Amino acid sequence: MILEARDIWFYYPGRKHAPVLRDVALSLCSGERVGLKAPSGRGKTTLCRLLAGYERPRGGDILLNGRPLSAYRGVCPVQMVWQHPETVVDPLLRLGATLAEAGPIETRLMDALHIQAGWLERYPAELSGGELQRFCIARALHPATRFLLCDEMTAMLDLVTQAQIWDFLLEEARRRDLGLLVVSHSDALLERVCSRVQTLA
Amino acid sequence: MPPILEIRDLSIHFVQYERGFRRRRLPVIRDLSLTIQPGQVVAVVGASGSGKSLLAHGILDLLPYNGQMEGSILYQGEPLSPRRAEQLRGDEIVLIPQGVTYLDPLMKVGDQIRRGRKDPDSRARCTAALQRYGVGPEVEALYPFELSGGMARRVLIASAVVDRPKLIITDEPTPGLDAKAAGRILGHLRELAEEGAGVLLVTHDLELALTIAHRVTVFYAGETIEEAAAQDFSSSAGLRHPFTRALWRAMPQHGFHPLSGAQPYPGTVDTGCPFAGQCSRCRPDCVQTQRIPLRPWRGGAVRCLFPEEEASS
Amino acid sequence: MRTSNRRRSTLSFLLAAAAALAVVTVVGILLTETAMETDFSRTGLPPSLDALFGTDWMGRDMFARTLSGLSLSIRIGLLTAAISAAVALALGIVSAVCGGLVDAAISWCIDLVMGIPHILLVMLISIACGRGFTGVVMGVALSHWTSLARVVRGEVIQLRQAPYILTAQKLGVSRAGIVRRHLLPHLLPQFLTGLVLLFPHAILHEASVTFLGFGLSSERPAIGAILSESMRYLTTGKWWLALFPGLSLVLVVMLFALLGDRLRRLLDPASVHG
Repeated sequence: MILEARDIWFYYPGRKHAPVLRDVALSLCSGERVGLKAPSGRGKTTLCRLLAGYERPRGGDILLNGRPLSAYRGVCPVQMVWQHPETVVDPLLRLGATLAEAGPIETRLMDALHIQAGWLERYPAELSGGELQRFCIARALHPATRFLLCDEMTAMLDLVTQAQIWDFLLEEARRRDLGLLVVSHSDALLERVCSRVQTLA
Repeated sequence: MPPILEIRDLSIHFVQYERGFRRRRLPVIRDLSLTIQPGQVVAVVGASGSGKSLLAHGILDLLPYNGQMEGSILYQGEPLSPRRAEQLRGDEIVLIPQGVTYLDPLMKVGDQIRRGRKDPDSRARCTAALQRYGVGPEVEALYPFELSGGMARRVLIASAVVDRPKLIITDEPTPGLDAKAAGRILGHLRELAEEGAGVLLVTHDLELALTIAHRVTVFYAGETIEEAAAQDFSSSAGLRHPFTRALWRAMPQHGFHPLSGAQPYPGTVDTGCPFAGQCSRCRPDCVQTQRIPLRPWRGGAVRCLFPEEEASS
Repeated sequence: MRTSNRRRSTLSFLLAAAAALAVVTVVGILLTETAMETDFSRTGLPPSLDALFGTDWMGRDMFARTLSGLSLSIRIGLLTAAISAAVALALGIVSAVCGGLVDAAISWCIDLVMGIPHILLVMLISIACGRGFTGVVMGVALSHWTSLARVVRGEVIQLRQAPYILTAQKLGVSRAGIVRRHLLPHLLPQFLTGLVLLFPHAILHEASVTFLGFGLSSERPAIGAILSESMRYLTTGKWWLALFPGLSLVLVVMLFALLGDRLRRLLDPASVHG
């Protein structure tokens, strides 16, 4: 499978004169691990949101195997892990309920990510960022997921947890032949994790 | 000359509601001690959610109303009472907060930095402070939403240092910034220290902390487990606590070695070493000893019963 | 523990206030007969142990009249607030979800209704509906939904862009599932609070319209009618005729307002820490 962004243009409403992305192209194949690097404020997160279908580009296409991403129904094959996990879980739902929305999660995933069964009984505000992030990764690794976009996924975690999560995720990506797009400001991390690095000018 | 800030055996806990009406005491920081000399940058490094931000808020007496603090905080040799903290904060002690949302969205940048003062002297200092961080005077007339993330962060710093503070507390000053922008911000902090201020840098990012800090205090499960000089981190052997070494080995450039298990919640481990569950060298003594004290060790301090073994490996 | 358990005291206040209002409502209904009884042997008595709030120029017991008037006001308040809130919820959600022309039309309606002074609008609708009970209920119900509708609309628009809702969509959760599992629970606190806070407005406006003579008929012991009649006797020094009913109306309205405020604090998810 291949996920492609072709000549993407994007600007926020009313700011046509100052586009966030102009003529951006990117491709990501199954099993590939691509790093994405750019100075702050150059639209890395926006590009991820477009690639995951959270937002439509103003110009250009997002194609999955040559078909527009918006044509896919049901669980989106492109999932995203955000920098701030607390924004992507409903604060009023117990984590178990949030997790169940996407269908049952394999116990293997839960174990590998050190998610304790007790967490599922809790509300998001009762877990730390690191714990929530493991949770969001488990959810994003839905059986239908083919591509995973990691937007500064471990930027707010300590080094030991970072290493733990990446160790697991790289293994999982190899096993399932996932395509990974890794956004990070850490060159050392990109070098360690990615097969190639693209810079967003 | 007394240290700018001296914290002795500080503990912070919360009273929180569980389901319904039950309440519980939630310890977040236990027995924290640290000292900041003038001109020094001291980093406090810990996992996210380990209560680091509360430390910053605790010093300034800005804890949420259900937070309670024990222990002593000395500012320039004298106890920092809530009243004194209130008088000093914003002038001599400043906080550079984590989020750019701390800027008042309805107030122009210039007015926020000047805190409402309109005299020519304040204006000049405000412009100079912004200038110093590469922000032009035209920005003074903008509202915070018109700034980019990096610009807003520089405005926050300018607004903190405009009155020449003696103690600067920063809470995660660089998240989401690229390495270059982050380096610039940290450079500014280092510069402020060189001018004689004390800087307390609270962060989870050890790599960034090491680029500017003189001393590093490492947090684990709400406890200080090691206090070390920054140069001790140049090799694994210079470190004292097994967790600090694990941190070092987990850096992408030092092998990216994961450590199995997870940090326990602060306050859930009553007896023994909180790191026992993840430590490869854990011995029966480590679990049975009541409280392991933080003791001086090779020019730093460590909370471990058997640090010497680590030194030879 | 250092502080008292705030949630528990809030809840006890809520229950006490609700119980007090319920008692007033029920006792008021039971006293309606007494409130209409005339006794010309004891007209114009000032307050005493025998007649707590005094009696009026027809010898009717003012205590019974006040209570039954309050009861009627509370019942009208409940009914109108419920209708208003239902209208607000429906229009607010429709407006936010459909967007475009529908949104513009509903927003225009909200602006229109908000632009006319409440009391005038209530009077006009009440007259158009033939005054009386129906007139007042329609008048108050149709003029009070706007601010709540606006709140609901704003909330839904904001929620629809919330990352956790977008993420749920990407994980294949259906539209109905999102409304049920994510939207409604988030709207509930706002909605309930808005509903309770509508009561005092509804009660006051009902009383004002009746006072001005465009609402309930003067035979019914409504607070507005009682106050309107007693104004004629105020100059003769019969102060108790207006004071007690007026004061009790203020009390009930304040109780409802406090109730709404406390309810909001209790339901606010951000209050787990306190």
